Amino acid sequence: MSILDLFKRRTSAPVARERLQVLLAYERRSRAQPDLVSILREEIMAVIAKHVQIDQDYLQVSMDRGETMSTLEIDIQIPNKSPVPLAMAG
Amino acid sequence: MGKVVVVTSGKGGVGKTTSTAALGAAVAKTGKKVALVDFDVGLRNLDLIMGAERRVVFDLVNVIQGTAKLSQALIRDKRLETLYLLPASQTRDKDALTEEGVEEVIGRLRQVFDYVFCDSPAGIERGAQLAMRFADEAVIVTNPEVSSVRDSDRIIGLLDARTMRAEQGEHIAKHVLVTRYDAARAARGEMLSIDDVLEILSVPLIGIIPESQDVLRASNLGAPVTLSEPINAAAKAYLEAARRLEGEDLPVVVPFERKGFLDRLLGRRAA
Repeated sequence: MSILDLFKRRTSAPVARERLQVLLAYERRSRAQPDLVSILREEIMAVIAKHVQIDQDYLQVSMDRGETMSTLEIDIQIPNKSPVPLAMAG
Repeated sequence: MGKVVVVTSGKGGVGKTTSTAALGAAVAKTGKKVALVDFDVGLRNLDLIMGAERRVVFDLVNVIQGTAKLSQALIRDKRLETLYLLPASQTRDKDALTEEGVEEVIGRLRQVFDYVFCDSPAGIERGAQLAMRFADEAVIVTNPEVSSVRDSDRIIGLLDARTMRAEQGEHIAKHVLVTRYDAARAARGEMLSIDDVLEILSVPLIGIIPESQDVLRASNLGAPVTLSEPINAAAKAYLEAARRLEGEDLPVVVPFERKGFLDRLLGRRAA
């Protein structure tokens, strides 16, 4: 930090403004499309239900958005009493 | 047919209830018949801000469920005979409001009143969606602060998607009301400016309410600030916003903070 920085009052409003613009541009875009995560969740649930009986609560789908890449995490828990032992994790 | 205006924000604590009371009273002052409807079921507060908390006998839920008549539940203001309040219920039942029930009550109010102001609860859940459902216009209360602006953007999205008007392909007029604005801090770049907020939300401005101690004072006394302290800067800003809501073409002036020489010297911040 230079001496000059001490006198230059750091203004936070422009930072707020820029952060909001970036965030809202993204949020508006994702609002326009149907909720991807819940669609995936429903379809994954349907595929699994064809083979094993699991409860809705045992399936967790989440999306971690990054700047260049996003990660989709699918966590399915199948209780041991289930006839087909399976373990999946994304 | 009266006009239904929802006062909404997404975020809590930005001044929805205060603004509903102040705008409603300002419009009622001009002789228009105004009903204020509290949609915050379980956490009603409009009665308290209006100073009518001890006069609540029946509420919105009673009317919807048919246990009270609309005329029994409406509380007439003691100061203005054209101003009425329909309080929310204190029930914890989240499903106490039904869409059909709300539609009926709003429909009947619309026939009797010139303006129906719906004070929305915070959030984007059922209560907030019902408050906006039958609105013709919306006042989006926003503080010049990142979380408030973000939530306002979300609410604008809901207004354009989930209201009856939007679903029928009609236009729902939206206005931003910036509250708790501190012109000096904005000038120093410490607070989002009005231009920033408007550019981000791209919704026209209906008023700027300066941060003021008198707003709290009015709440303490149970009187809308536009009635109790009409010469105060915040009250003036609400009175002007109400005129714009009624269609008057009144330019919005950024409230100027008047500071005395001593205040400047001592760095005291005007409230």
